[in-house]
Amino acid sequence: MNLESITLISFGIFEKGLLETVLNDVENEFQVPVRTQKGHLDLGEFYDSGRKQYDGNRLLKEIEIRFASDTGKTLGLFNVDLFIPILTYIFGQAFLNGRSGIASIYRLSNERYGLKANEQILADRFRKEVIHELGHTMGLIHCQNPICVMRSSTYAEDIDQKEHHLCSKCRADFEHHQNI
Amino acid sequence: MAKKISILIVDDEESVRDSLYNWFIEDGYQVECAENAKKALAILESGNYDIILADIKMPGMDGLEMLKRIKFLRKDSIVIIMTAFATVDTAVQALKDGAFDYVTKPFDPDDLSHLIRNASKQIALMDENETLKNQVVSLENVSDLIGQSEAMKKVLREIESVAQSSASVIITGESGTGKELVARAIHSNSSRKFFPMISVHCGALTESLLESELFGHEKGAFTGAVYNRKGRFEMADSGTIFLDEIATISPKMQVELLRVLESKSFVRVGGNKEITSDFRVICATNRDLKTMVEKGIFREDLFYRLNVVNINVPPLRERIEDIPLLVDHFIKKYCLSMNRPIVNIDAIALKRLEEFPFPGNIRELENMVERAIVVGNGKKISIKDLPLGKEIVNTTFESLDDLEKNHIFQILNKYEWNISVSAKALKIDRVTLYNKIKKYGLKPAR
Repeated sequence: MNLESITLISFGIFEKGLLETVLNDVENEFQVPVRTQKGHLDLGEFYDSGRKQYDGNRLLKEIEIRFASDTGKTLGLFNVDLFIPILTYIFGQAFLNGRSGIASIYRLSNERYGLKANEQILADRFRKEVIHELGHTMGLIHCQNPICVMRSSTYAEDIDQKEHHLCSKCRADFEHHQNI
Repeated sequence: MAKKISILIVDDEESVRDSLYNWFIEDGYQVECAENAKKALAILESGNYDIILADIKMPGMDGLEMLKRIKFLRKDSIVIIMTAFATVDTAVQALKDGAFDYVTKPFDPDDLSHLIRNASKQIALMDENETLKNQVVSLENVSDLIGQSEAMKKVLREIESVAQSSASVIITGESGTGKELVARAIHSNSSRKFFPMISVHCGALTESLLESELFGHEKGAFTGAVYNRKGRFEMADSGTIFLDEIATISPKMQVELLRVLESKSFVRVGGNKEITSDFRVICATNRDLKTMVEKGIFREDLFYRLNVVNINVPPLRERIEDIPLLVDHFIKKYCLSMNRPIVNIDAIALKRLEEFPFPGNIRELENMVERAIVVGNGKKISIKDLPLGKEIVNTTFESLDDLEKNHIFQILNKYEWNISVSAKALKIDRVTLYNKIKKYGLKPAR
């Protein structure tokens, strides 16, 4: 099935120009029209007071039910700390070969780890995370290639090791999925 | 390509199952979920999963009980126990019951990745171990028993059919035909292959030495017994004991042996504690045990106890077509052991070998090839390197009977089986020569 469009829906406040940069990179990577829009959700409903974090599973289901469409991929962008019950935190998650996913910028900034703020690094990490989760919605699984954007990253600095592009194998898999 | 790892997630909380399912699916694993231990066990009975990730607190059967049942079903299963209520006691209990690891929920994404990577490495090692074991066995088989003749194929088929059972086997055949190799092949293809095969050459030991060798002895049992010593039956526990030259054991040892074979228990020389051992017996002889039984030299009850299966290894003269393969095998073996380049054999020399009667069978051929490599020019084995025209002194014969048989056979061949001339050369009368030919089962080479 040919991918017709990608929609990035932001929930919360992001730095001016950040979403535009991400949009361009996503468009270049997947070669489909990408649009951004603002979304509105009462995030308080997803807050877990015990963990002081936001439930990533429930947020993903909400995005799927309320915003996803059959004609493209939809990714919810957040600025809150996400978790799933089994893990202490996540950067994002998506339905494999599905219609939607979520990604958060919250744990990608240097300040979270006591380092000096760096907007460039933050933007770079975020675009990789967005492309990574969209890759999952397109049926791509984690890749062993250390510079492939589909490489699994569990720490923010892991994300710095990879590029914001699919490796040739993942590119071929992506094209294969598009032609099914 | 690496095998795809399969994971079974067992947790009563749907959100946990979903989270883990999504996480592992993105990593490319094959994932299945079960909401309780009962369903998980049902899934495991119908299919195999490499890793089982199980919650400890579940309604009904808990994770620890499930772990025990999984280990009963599949001893090698890798089970990782998860819980939100970590206590040292439950962790220790889980590990004691065979869990691969133990984690407390929630865990860092990196911990989860590490855990699964370690488990995957363990699975890869177990698979590799299994593959290598099989390779070792097949290598042993290939290198030990050489031959494509019908006679050898029959022996190989017999080995294959008897190996998996625990039945006693008697291997018969002339001296030098490779009876011990057949015993090793049976052992290597049996379920006892990872336990020892202990060989005892009964003909080389006196009665008292053989007794001590087989049953072991306690310190002070006799002069020189300064330590306790395990016997060969004890060493062969879970494995195989190979009794070579079984026909040579004394009547007293025959009685002892029968008792051990029937009870699988014995007492060390000088001891009083009964020791049990689970071993399989394989015997070999170049004599006709049945005739010995008829003559009252060998106990009938022991013969029937040992002779559950009989494998007869053909003499080399009945498998001439295997000679080129054997020559090639021995050339490689000795060139490698002497650190020399692999040499060839010329066609004339090979033809002469094929015509030679080989009374000493494969052992004689092996000695001949080894000698040719030592004395040869290092390029090609030719007829002058082979002692075919001369009498071969074979020092490996253990009994006078073997020596006599070999000598008579050589003389008969030398005089082209002319009985009168051969008898004259041997300085015996013709009737005696006929009796000896019959006794040793000698036949002219093809």
